[in-house]
Amino acid sequence: MTDHAQDAIMADAVLSEHEDPSLLAGMLNNRAIFWGGGLLILFALIAAIGPFLTLDPTELNPIKRLKSPSAEAWFGSDFLGRDIFSRVIYGARVSLVVGIAVALISVGIGLILGLVAGYVRVLDAVIMRTMDGLMSIPAILLAIALISLSGATLGTVILAIVIPEVPRVVRLVRAVVLTVREEPYVEAAIAAGTRLPLILKRHILPNTIAPLIVQATYVCASAMLTESILGFLGAGIPPEIPSWGNIMSEGRTYFQISPWIIFFPGIGLALTVLAVNIVGDGLRDTLDPRIARKI
Amino acid sequence: MNEISDTPVLEIKGLSVLLPDGADREFAIEEVSFSIGRSEIVCIVGESGSGKSVTAFTVMGLIPKKDLVPVAGEILLHGENLLGKSDRQMRRLRGEKMGMVFQEPMTALNPVIKVGDQIAEILEIHANMSASARKKRVIETMEDVSLPEPVKMYNSYPHQLSGGQRQRIMIAMALVLEPGLLIADEPTTALDVTTQAEVLELIRDIQARHGTGVMFITHDFGVVADIADRVVVMQNGKVVEQGTRDEILSAPSHPYTKMLIGSVPSLTPPVRPIPEIAETALEAKALNKTYGRVGFFEKGRLVKAAQNVELILRRGETLGVVGESGSGKSTVARCVVRLIDPTSGDINVAGTNIAQMAESELRAYRQKIQIVFQDPYRSLNPRRTVGQSIVEGPMNFGLSGTEAQSRAENLMRIVGLAPEALTRFPHQFSGGQRQRICIARALAMEPRVLIADEAVSALDVSVQAQVLRLLQDVRERYDLAMLFITHDLRVAAQICDRIMVMQRGVVVEEGRTSEVYANPQHPYTRSLLNAAPGRETNFAR
Repeated sequence: MTDHAQDAIMADAVLSEHEDPSLLAGMLNNRAIFWGGGLLILFALIAAIGPFLTLDPTELNPIKRLKSPSAEAWFGSDFLGRDIFSRVIYGARVSLVVGIAVALISVGIGLILGLVAGYVRVLDAVIMRTMDGLMSIPAILLAIALISLSGATLGTVILAIVIPEVPRVVRLVRAVVLTVREEPYVEAAIAAGTRLPLILKRHILPNTIAPLIVQATYVCASAMLTESILGFLGAGIPPEIPSWGNIMSEGRTYFQISPWIIFFPGIGLALTVLAVNIVGDGLRDTLDPRIARKI
Repeated sequence: MNEISDTPVLEIKGLSVLLPDGADREFAIEEVSFSIGRSEIVCIVGESGSGKSVTAFTVMGLIPKKDLVPVAGEILLHGENLLGKSDRQMRRLRGEKMGMVFQEPMTALNPVIKVGDQIAEILEIHANMSASARKKRVIETMEDVSLPEPVKMYNSYPHQLSGGQRQRIMIAMALVLEPGLLIADEPTTALDVTTQAEVLELIRDIQARHGTGVMFITHDFGVVADIADRVVVMQNGKVVEQGTRDEILSAPSHPYTKMLIGSVPSLTPPVRPIPEIAETALEAKALNKTYGRVGFFEKGRLVKAAQNVELILRRGETLGVVGESGSGKSTVARCVVRLIDPTSGDINVAGTNIAQMAESELRAYRQKIQIVFQDPYRSLNPRRTVGQSIVEGPMNFGLSGTEAQSRAENLMRIVGLAPEALTRFPHQFSGGQRQRICIARALAMEPRVLIADEAVSALDVSVQAQVLRLLQDVRERYDLAMLFITHDLRVAAQICDRIMVMQRGVVVEEGRTSEVYANPQHPYTRSLLNAAPGRETNFAR
């Protein structure tokens, strides 16, 4: 590292940015974030610890097939006698992992592409037309294609959901960059000889963070839904892993005699997606009310 | 003019409006009393935050009722108190008994409805008239506000009209029901000076013909001098002084009024020594900037924002570039700083042509030219402390953190701020203070050329005077060459040694400031000077 760069870091440390204390307080005061976040933390805890406390979700028990909910098996059992309660709790893990992974990956890729598209005029058209192309691929068809090529794994499912999500993030970041790059303070930095990477890092990137966090929650919710749909269609996570989509798919045949097989994973999915969306709305309102219109 | 026997059109008595909790003062306006008679133009003047707009909006009943609550006093329109009226009654009164003209004629009109229909809508709501009678009335009103070819213009959309024409439409909308009171909230602030003169003329003409009482809100004492019968001066929500125009402008009694009027820059350039021929700091030759492309696929039109602009700027002098919007003055400034690339021509800085230089080579020259922008609220990154903003440039050029820090502290003192304030964020400063910080940031680069692009245009007149003094002061202290871009002829008269007048991308006149003002050669320069509001008034000094 050059002396110059070291000095720059020093200066950043000397005149360190202090966080606005009212922001955190504002977030906790927001009822949507409080309740949605609380519910989400609860689900995360269940997903993390739950499977260690319950029965093995894949254990077969032919004697107890299609049992209705009871004190022994809270959510009943399926056509192979597997405990639905254990399976639903394990399924939360799959859903959250897919949701969070898709959100992180698509926001990461989208951020970089969006910054480049917004700032480097030459690449703008190339990137954006590619994104338009990607956006036109339906996630479900893409997943079926990918799985038939490389086999059903968690990775393929995540990839299949990430690809159509990335363009949405790119568009958002690009829109923010295009407005911020016209700000006089960015022009002042250019006139002061600040190099492009530093301009992006110091003056442009921080403005994209708030809308990105909000967008990430929506990506997360939609990824969880897509994952379940893929599972339900049999084009998702391999059937031996109890994801909510898989449980519902297997329960479909017995829906009329044992509706609980579909009911409980369905409730789990609906509540989780709802919680994520509520948190997203709350974050949108507290972080920056103006971006409400952009998303 | 104002007959004593008449009840005034509007009488405000002891009006107070409460601000929500947590605001910087208790009342938005406090104990405000004044009256407007028939055929009388009363100007409400004050700086930003003085409560002049709140007063107007309270009269119209347009204040957000949750946040701003009138707690005392009365507003009498033709003797009737407006404060007790229901929303329904107020809706009837707006339009019939009082009309309003807003500052921004583009956003105040609906972009997707024909302007004629927008005026007719008022008649549709308030008057029981047939469609053909409405149309006839609208066209009469459009004639009344001197719009050309009203029959044809009836079917135009707002974007097809010029700013001045849009403001005439707004005035026609306000006046179509012939209300007794017209409230105009900074109606000419967004307009160019020549258009402003026409609109002021129109308002005066209309109120004389119809006997309308006008409440005219403005921050510009030149406009006051041109239009007011009486003047009400407001500060921090209170009326500090009121009187006839001549009393207020030539013999103000309240210290605040005196200070405000004393801050109005004079249109007469002060006598300044002719500077010796110093070294050339910046030279532009045959500078052109064209926007748009005409190619095989594009049928787009070309906009020649700057055409063959020639300028020479020497150390220790200030060259003013004046013109109306679209004259190309900012284009020249931005080309010279290379924020935009000129289409052709030379820009010589320190003997090197930087006009077409690549960014990597250009960096070394960026240090020599710095710019201060118009909008103090957008010129500083809100997420970085002012210290970080000031040291950014020097550290790009290899200054160590501690040296840059001490340079920043020193500059803060020079621009009149405490060095301790370096750790604060921009939102903790006022507009004038932010502009000082921007000047400090530019000076931190130790430039040879300082470009002020409308740097004082967004500031209140008292703050404007201080920032102008600061600019003058730093120019002398550092022997800078300053390029001063402005639309305000008063400001230009006070600070510029030489002046360049631009119209539609072309320099139409150039010369020593005193000579250009005393003896303008080009017709455009003459029309600009003639349109300058308040040119015949001597403000109290």
